[in-house]
Parts: sequence; C-alpha cells; structure tokens
Amino acid sequence: MSEHFARPAAGHVPVLRLGDVLLVTLQGDLHDGMASQLQQDLAETIAASRVTGVVIDISGVEIVDSFLGRVLAETAAQTELLAARTVVAGMRPAVAITLVELGLTFPELRTALNTEAALELLAQPIVPRRPGGEGRP
Amino acid sequence: MDMAADVDARLPIRSDLDLAWVRQHVRQAATRVGFGLVDQTKLVTAASELARNTLVHGGGGVLETTRVTAADGTAGLRLTFSDQGPGIPDLERALSDGYTSGDGLGMGLGGSRRLVHDFEVDSTPGSGTVVRVTSWVSRPVGPRGGR
Repeated sequence: MSEHFARPAAGHVPVLRLGDVLLVTLQGDLHDGMASQLQQDLAETIAASRVTGVVIDISGVEIVDSFLGRVLAETAAQTELLAARTVVAGMRPAVAITLVELGLTFPELRTALNTEAALELLAQPIVPRRPGGEGRP
Repeated sequence: MDMAADVDARLPIRSDLDLAWVRQHVRQAATRVGFGLVDQTKLVTAASELARNTLVHGGGGVLETTRVTAADGTAGLRLTFSDQGPGIPDLERALSDGYTSGDGLGMGLGGSRRLVHDFEVDSTPGSGTVVRVTSWVSRPVGPRGGR
C-alpha cells in the first residue's frame, strides 16, 4: 500500500492516500476556513487521483456544529458526483446525541464506528445505504 | 472557593478564529461549573452556533460567560451574545427550523434553543440582538450524592 501526504501546506488538513482510498483525520477544533479548504482539496484530489473512496475520521472531533455538519454532508455529496464514496468514521456518542437534538440527522451520510469498519464498508462492491438514499451499483 | 474568575469572561467575536476561542472557553467553563460530557458538548455546540450568528448576521460582537446559581443551589452557566447588527426582523420565523438567511443549514437559532435549558432573545431591528442562554448542571444521581 502506497501512502503519501497530498497537501502538507499550512491551513490544510493532511489527506493521506491508502491505495484507492483517501483518509482524512480531523483533530480538535477545526476552523471554518480549514473545513471549507478541506472540502475543496478533497474534490481536487479525488478528481486528480481517481480514488474510489474517502474516509473522514472524526473520532478526535469534540463538537460538530451545523457548519462542520454541512461541510461533511456536502463533501459526501460532491464525492458521489466524482464517482467515489465517503464514509464518516468514529463520531463520538456525545456528538451524535447533540446533532440529533440540533435537528441534523444527515440521512444521506454513510457512517462507520471506526476507520477500520469504514475501509471494510468501502471494500464492499455495493454499499448498503439507509432508507431514503439510493444505492450505487 | 468560587472559581468564578476562570468561568466569567468577555470574549470578542470578530473572526472565525474567535469562534474557536469561544468554543474552547465555553468547554473549559462548562467543565469547571461541573457539566458532564454530553451537556458540555451541547453547550459548546450551542455556543458555536450562536457565536457564528453574532459574527455572520450581527457583524461581530461579544460573548459574556457567567457562572450562575439557582435558588436551590444548582450551578449553571449563562452565555450572553450581543451585537449591534441589523437585528432579527421576524423572530418567530428565525426560531423555526429550516429558516436560513443563506449560510448553514437553518438550524442555528432554533437548533441551539433545544441544546440549552433557558433561551431568551432580545432583538431590536436596527440596533442589535442579545441572545442569552443558560444551562444547569443536572444533579448527580447515585451514591456520589449532590450538593
């Protein structure tokens, strides 16, 4: 498995490539600008590298507000348009509880309990989606 | 031995970097007041939403954090966001889910109201908005007892 950091520049979240999958690990407090930059970086990296999946590990993220939630949902949607799939991995229980109370359930978003489970999910030819979403052949 | 000095603060909200300071301070203040992890997460998330409203819609402003104590001794944390922006013309509508003025998912005000115990908005069109939210530490259950 080859791996390298696509963008080590300051203000960018590192995007790690593992075979056909891009792995992004979010840590601590992400500024709005960095989150928006990541969304753009991922779209460009997917288009340039032809990966088939993206895993965004948010186990190190203490809060997800509506801004970061929107960035995650939009990133997943844009990944889909670029012929790849996104799985958000490792959401903390307190974050899940808070998001539901806030009114954000993101029914289209694929999730996994950790990065390993996310990679397994992406390795499946057909990723099952929750009701309401459309499956991809 | 009140540690009010570590909780009570006045923070500017002028940039998205300030939003990060707001989240960090509210997290620390909530921990000091005695909130559990889930309640801390709710408070910090509400603070992030409200501070972003202050920044985006109010043109920037100030957050004041205050330790409060209820008549029965319950500890709480009050967050007051104020700006001198254009105000909210239709408060009822602004508090409803899905209302948005463009940025975000329209969950800011109505959503953060569900994350706290008390929620007050005072908005005067043309002269600004004050949002005051308070949450109370739920009393511990079981052998550890409570105050």
